[in-house]
Amino acid sequence: MNTELEELYQEVILDHSRRPRNFGEIAGAVRVHGDNPSCGDEIFLDVKFGAEGGVEDVKFTGQGCAISQASASLMTLKIKGRSRTEAEELLRAFHDLVTIEVAEPIKQLGDLRLLQGVRKFPQRVKCAMLAWRALEQALGQGGEASVSTESV
Amino acid sequence: MRQIPLMPATTPDWATIRADFPILDQEVHGKPLIYFDNAASAQRPRAVMDALRRYDEHDHANVHRGLHALSTRATEAYESARAKVARYLGAASADEIVFTRGTTEGINLVAQAWGGKFVREGDVILLTEMEHHSNLVPWQMLAERTGAQLRFVPVRDDGTLMLEQLPALLTPEVKLFAFTHISNSLGTINPVAELCAAARAVGAVTLVDAAQSAGHLPIDVQTLGCDFLVFSGHKMCAPTGSGALYGRAEVLEATPPWHGGGEMIQSVSYERSTYKNAPHKFEAGTPNISGAVGLGAAIDYLEAIGRAEIFEHDTKLAAHAQERIAELPGVRVLGPRERAGLVGFVMEAAHPHDLTTYADQFGLALRGGHHCNQPLMRKMRLPGTTRASFYFYNTTAEIDQMMDILAGAVRFFAA
Repeated sequence: MNTELEELYQEVILDHSRRPRNFGEIAGAVRVHGDNPSCGDEIFLDVKFGAEGGVEDVKFTGQGCAISQASASLMTLKIKGRSRTEAEELLRAFHDLVTIEVAEPIKQLGDLRLLQGVRKFPQRVKCAMLAWRALEQALGQGGEASVSTESV
Repeated sequence: MRQIPLMPATTPDWATIRADFPILDQEVHGKPLIYFDNAASAQRPRAVMDALRRYDEHDHANVHRGLHALSTRATEAYESARAKVARYLGAASADEIVFTRGTTEGINLVAQAWGGKFVREGDVILLTEMEHHSNLVPWQMLAERTGAQLRFVPVRDDGTLMLEQLPALLTPEVKLFAFTHISNSLGTINPVAELCAAARAVGAVTLVDAAQSAGHLPIDVQTLGCDFLVFSGHKMCAPTGSGALYGRAEVLEATPPWHGGGEMIQSVSYERSTYKNAPHKFEAGTPNISGAVGLGAAIDYLEAIGRAEIFEHDTKLAAHAQERIAELPGVRVLGPRERAGLVGFVMEAAHPHDLTTYADQFGLALRGGHHCNQPLMRKMRLPGTTRASFYFYNTTAEIDQMMDILAGAVRFFAA
């Protein structure tokens, strides 16, 4: 078997793509739609923000390749219960993980580090980033919401 | 250079022909390349590269205006390529051939120039549900501009057109019927002559998208009875950025110019200009001369092999691939049994992009995705498909190697 493929499609990644965690909807949450039009991958990310602007709950639905599904599934597990700042840090760290040479990926990424193999497949980076782009957008919207709440 | 007999008396020597394509002789990720993405772009033989180099080394200059030797030679090369295209398509005259950048530009030319003049609010443009985005988006833009309506011939689950609905769809409001000869994702071969005759009966002009057919089977526009036909050079061994539009003389003459500029004018004053006749009125600016030269060389090359022979070879490969792919567990082949030289399929265990990434690691070039058929994929409720598309330099042995790789993918991705 081919090493690059084994690195890209590790058992945990295939498992998450077959049985995505936190797959579903949250009523009344901030809902963000993300897609990669060129490949048809699609995600609806529901984020429920807490009073402090942290990620209280997060779920997703959608369809796409194993990389996009696994990345979304692993992301939800990782960011649920995190503060806004922590979520933003994870977003940055994950982006670095799949785009630039990182000698020692930060421990906080946990199983997400398994997606490091994507770096060798430049055309698949957008698959891995899809859920995270949606998160970025949700954080923006959640941020605005909390700003307006504070200003009232 | 190897001489190809002009009239093949027997089956072409496919192994020798394959050796004309230096690009095929390489390893990808340590495995021999299997190039099955020919519907996206075909490879080029040495004969085409040599023709381009000869032109670049000896004959290049601008066309139609220079009075020196090189310009004369370049003009001769350019216009002789036009004559070759005309003969290749069975056109009545070389004046019916407009050089374009390819299929997409040809369709946009017709949509903007012909459509701009002849399509009005309330008119209908009839398409099919299996059109490539290039034969859909230009018509959407025209409809938006003019207030015309789009109508679609539905596609059955087996990938063929619902021809029984044609009489209800081809009403007198239909000004144009544009459809593909061969579906790029399903491999369906549409009955072009029948569709053109039906359109003609209600006075509709026809446009045939021959992107997938021009390099793959014999075409005679007069037998088909179409008004416009478009194709791309790069899908038939010619350089990218080459291609042509065929327009029946009467329809082409009635079509106003498209781009304005040099080359397309008869005389120019500060206030107004008069234009040349077709095809030159559609070729503003310095054209892609070397592209046309390459296209001419590709036509010579394909004709020496024989398009009927190519069609037989490619469809045999596709039939073999279809049969074997259908044997894989959890895999469904799309499109009709009678098909052109390509096979689209879906593998339950793997998304098309995961499958093509996997295949690539074994040197196998497939195409995965929506194939510029987004509405069709949505209709079929598919996230996309994986496609293997063949050309005359491909072999049965390569298909059997592909099958080992696909069987490995089923094992790799299945839960």
